Formats: sequence, structure tokens, C-alpha cells
Amino acid sequence: MIRIYVPRDTTACSLGADQVAGRFATAIADAGLNMEVLRNGSRGLYWLEPMVEVDTDRGRIAFGPVGEADVRQLMADRFWEGATEHRLALGLTEEIPFLKNQQRVTFSRVGIIDPLSLKDYCARQGFEGLNAALSMSAQDIVSCITQSGLRGRGGAAFPTGVKWQTVLDTPSDMKYIVCNADEGDSGCYADRMLMESDPFSLIEGMVIAGLAVGAEQGYLYLREEYPLAHTVLRDAIELARHGGYLGNNIAGSDKKFEIEVRLGAGAYICGEETSMLESLEGKRGQVRPKPPLPAIEGLFGKPSVINNVVSLASVPTILAGGAASYEGYGVGKSRGTLPFQLAGNIKQAGLVELAFGATLRALLEEFGGGTRTGRAMRAVQVGGPLGAYLPESQWDTTLDYEAFLAIDAMLGHGGVVVFNESVNMREQARFAMEFCRIESCGKCTPCRIGSVRGVEVIDSIQGEAENEPAREQAVALLEELCDTMVAGSLCAMGGMTPFPVRSALQHFADDFKIS
Amino acid sequence: MSEASSQADHADLVSDIIAAHQDQPGALLPILHALQDAIGYVPGDTLPIIASGLNLSRAEVHGVVTFYHYFRSSPPGRHTIQICRAEACQAMGSRALEEHARRSLNVDFHQTTGDGEITLLPVYCLGNCACSPSVRVADRVFSHVDAERFDEIVKQLGNTAVEVK
Repeated sequence: MIRIYVPRDTTACSLGADQVAGRFATAIADAGLNMEVLRNGSRGLYWLEPMVEVDTDRGRIAFGPVGEADVRQLMADRFWEGATEHRLALGLTEEIPFLKNQQRVTFSRVGIIDPLSLKDYCARQGFEGLNAALSMSAQDIVSCITQSGLRGRGGAAFPTGVKWQTVLDTPSDMKYIVCNADEGDSGCYADRMLMESDPFSLIEGMVIAGLAVGAEQGYLYLREEYPLAHTVLRDAIELARHGGYLGNNIAGSDKKFEIEVRLGAGAYICGEETSMLESLEGKRGQVRPKPPLPAIEGLFGKPSVINNVVSLASVPTILAGGAASYEGYGVGKSRGTLPFQLAGNIKQAGLVELAFGATLRALLEEFGGGTRTGRAMRAVQVGGPLGAYLPESQWDTTLDYEAFLAIDAMLGHGGVVVFNESVNMREQARFAMEFCRIESCGKCTPCRIGSVRGVEVIDSIQGEAENEPAREQAVALLEELCDTMVAGSLCAMGGMTPFPVRSALQHFADDFKIS
Repeated sequence: MSEASSQADHADLVSDIIAAHQDQPGALLPILHALQDAIGYVPGDTLPIIASGLNLSRAEVHGVVTFYHYFRSSPPGRHTIQICRAEACQAMGSRALEEHARRSLNVDFHQTTGDGEITLLPVYCLGNCACSPSVRVADRVFSHVDAERFDEIVKQLGNTAVEVK
């Protein structure tokens, strides 16, 4: 039986993957061929989606981007026999430089397996981490994560092992594992990809976290904007339960763990961990002051591990391969790998998992290949809407948490949004304030009022373009407002909105001089 | 349907939904989702029922419904179109797309066209940032949407009788 792989992933489907899969199925049936169409996840080479693969003796070969209209010719050319001359032929998938030059660790199965096949998952080291964890003490599991150097991949980069240790050390009749799948940062889609393409790795990570801290209930807080991820996760949880990997007797161990998916409702702030807890409790998603830390008083007042999707999905690999193996990747205090996501105006947009330590420029040029529209790159926003805009002079910065902090920027969740020279950076700064105004939870004044004033002041900078003293006064006011927001906000929303604003002011000052 | 009978329908529906979620800790969001999935919005007359079912004040339920952008207090048009306004989409021209959408549909964000067909909504990221600008209609996401493609999407909606939640 020859197998054809057509991705089922939000972006691939947005480019017509479902229709392409349908065409192949019809063509195969019409020709009476012994072939089947499998729906894998995406490899993350999005400019080539829908990217169709087929098994050969040499490995999988790829064709893309395949439109509905290409299916007939591909079948006529018997593309499964190689068809290296076909205009859409990409050769061996694993040899495509964009993929070959990555270090796929957490994303090792993504795009390769059928996301809803336990058999596929197990054939590629699935549940090896869980089996290892089941033979370890809770403390040994936590120590393994601590030694791996894993830090929160959601953006804050807090050491995961320290968080787990606190929950383990806090006695309680009830503890929770909460997965933060409210990936609201623009330019970020790693969580979505992982949930759609390898959901069992996340489930396995949550179960291991439960074993590590003594929790038997997990909540997965997923954003409403990800309907396909929701469907895949629900199906995967059901399959895992049937397979004995969730429920009352996990892998025959007498240990219990359950996961419930909860949907958000279009509030960016619910990606902030305390606001997410409020939302899970059925309340307005307003930020809680810390302390108490959620690790001590979290969901429903109980000790809770709160981790991002990629953090939790990295756990099985760490347990299976050992802390030292994961810790071997990276530089300085940034250990392991980070899935970077190339987005916006970039030619080869997609997911690039790399060990920490490469440069931003390598990501933009070697992987990204320049802008999509052809004009020169001008600004790059790294780390989502609260991340700084970086001018070319900063693109040689090393991709590690500390190097980015040193230039008043952040790696965050690894999103990289590219703008070409047509961008107006005053408009981008204004949008940062506007977004904060729309999404502020309203709990603290610097964020709630500061963002409103921020939009007004940026408008007045524009309005005073012909009156330099008045314009300079408005710029000084904006700087002062940013100080207040950084120093006085309760969480990162108000506290970091000034990052994109200030970086725009600092590096693209001319854009603030035109009306 | 008269207003009185519509209210009675809501009461039955809401009671069933509350009963189905009663044992869930923090059940308010799941209940609101179930209600909006069923009828497209969260009618004001359901708030007292939900409040008493969960032992909350009516103000608390109102506070939650109005906090979240996704929950609606009035019925949407037959279709909803969400346009992503976030940075990755801006980098590929979503500001112009927003402008085009408002002008061609003759509505602002959060408004419904005069014929009740289309409600236009902003959204802040669909996770489709590699192929921006992005638009969502029901559970379907569209990539690389420019003015021309937007018009096609709208036209196709006009030709289908698909129920959009």
C-alpha cells in the first residue's frame, strides 16, 4: 500500500489541504489504485503548503505547494514513483535545507505522524518518557526537569523545575496541572502546530507533570480562536483514555490522571497565568496580584503547575533521553531548543526549531530568505505584541533569553514578525498602545488608563509634526508614560507594552517626525 | 416567533445546559459557550437563570459575559467574518484589508450589514501568521487575504445557506 500524506493543520487547510486530500482520494478510487491518503500534521514549511508527501524506498519525498488543479497531473505522472522532474517536486523531505538545518527535538514527530494514531506515536518514542517517569520517585522526576535547564516556553522563561519543586513541596489534598494554551501572541503558532500535529506529546507531558507533583487533574485552557486544535485535542484525549494513558490506571500503574479542555473566549489577557486561573474558575479574566504564587495558591486556591504547551510537550523527551541530553543543546542559561516561528512579510515562513545560540540574522536570512514582497526588511518584532521592534543593527543578537534582555527586547514565545520598508513605525507604536487599551483587564490603572493616554499622545506627536517644540514635548510625555506603565503595572500587559513603543521611538525616530 | 415564546425557549435551553454542567468546577464559561453555540449569543433574559443556577449574582454573570470579547449579548448576522488585526497580518497589508472590508460591507467592526447577512469582527491572531493576512469564517481560516479574495469570500457566503454559529 502506497501512502500519500496531506497535512491537516490550520494553515495547510487555509491553503486548501482538505480539498487537495479530497481530490487525491477521488483520483485513487477512480483509478482503482492500492493507495491511501493519510492526514499528517504540518512540517511547518508553510510557504510550501499544502505540501504533499509520499513514501518511497529512499524516504518520503515532497511536492508543494500543491493546488487542487495539480492533483490530476501528479497522478498522471505517477508521482509516487519519484517524478523528480515535476515542477512541484521538492525531493526528499528531510533534505530540504529549511528542515535539514534545524534541530527538531520537541517537534521531532510533528508533520511526520498521523496526530491521532497512538501506534504512530508509540513507534517514535511516544510514552517512553512516561514509562521512565513511572519508575522514578516524584522528586527524581522534578530533579530531572530542573537539571535539564528547561525554562517556560510561553514567554516568561521561568525555570520549570523550580516551579514544579514548589508545587511538590506544598502539601495539599488537591493539586492541579494547568496547561496554558492561550497562544495569543501575534506571530506565534508553535503551540497550535504542536496541538494539531502531535497532541499526545502534550498529554504525555501533562501526565508526567501530574506524577511529578502529585496532581491527578489537569486543565488545558485553549483559546477559542483554535477550532481545529480543539477538535484534535478532544479526539486525542479520548484515544489516550481508551489506550490507558489517562484515567484511573495509567499504563497499568494504579496512578490517576484526567485532562479537561476548557475554551477561552477571546481575551488576550487570559494568557497571563493568574488571569487564566480566574477564567478557569468562571470569572472575569482579571489579573491576580502575586504573591501568593500559583504554585502555592493557584487554581481554586490549590497548588498548581502552570506551564505552556511547548514546555509541557518538551517534558517527555527530557525524561526519555535524560536531562543531560536536553541540557546539551543551547548556550549560557538558555538550554535546549526553542521553536522559532517566522511570520509576517517573509519569503520562507514557517517553524524553525533551533538550539539557543544562533543569531536572529541567520533565522531571517538563511531560513527566511528575505521578505515575501521583495522589498528590504526594515523592522522585526520578536516575542509577540509586547516584544521590541529590532532594527537591522540588532539582528546579530544571539537567540538566547539573556542576550535579548540585554538589548531591552525579549525572545518570548519565539515569534518573529518581519516588516519591510513600507512600515510606518509610529503606526506600529500606536497599535501597541491600542491593543493594550482593547485587551487590558482593567485591574490596574497604569495599564487601563495608560494605554488610552498612550494612543492619544502618539496621535498628538503626529498632529504636531510641523511644530517641533510641541512635538518634542509630546515625545517626552510618551517616554514618561512608558516609565509609569513599566514601573506601576500589575502584569506584563501594561508593563511590557512600552517595549514595542520605546524601541520604535528609539530606533525609528524619523517615523515620529512625519504627519 | 413571539417574544414571550422565545423567552420560554431560552429558559428551557438554559436550564438543560446548566444541568449538564452543574458538577463542573468553574462552570460559567462552559455554560456560556454552550449557550452561544446553540443560539449564537447570550440573551439578557438568560442571565438571571444562569445566576441562580450557579448561585452567583446577576451582576457577576453580566460582568463575565461583557468581559470576554467572544460572548455576544445580541444576535449576530447570518455569517460572521473575523479579520485579524494583529502585527503579522499588518506586515502583509491587513490595515488596507480592514479598510476595504468596512467600505465594501458598509459597516464598522462589531456591526452587521443592513440585510442581516454579515457581522464583521476584529480578531487578534488566528495563529495563521505564516500566511497572513488571515480571515476566519465559522471554523474556516483563509490565508493571504487581499481585497479581491475578501470579495470572493463574501460572494461565496451569499451563495451558500450554511448556518454559521
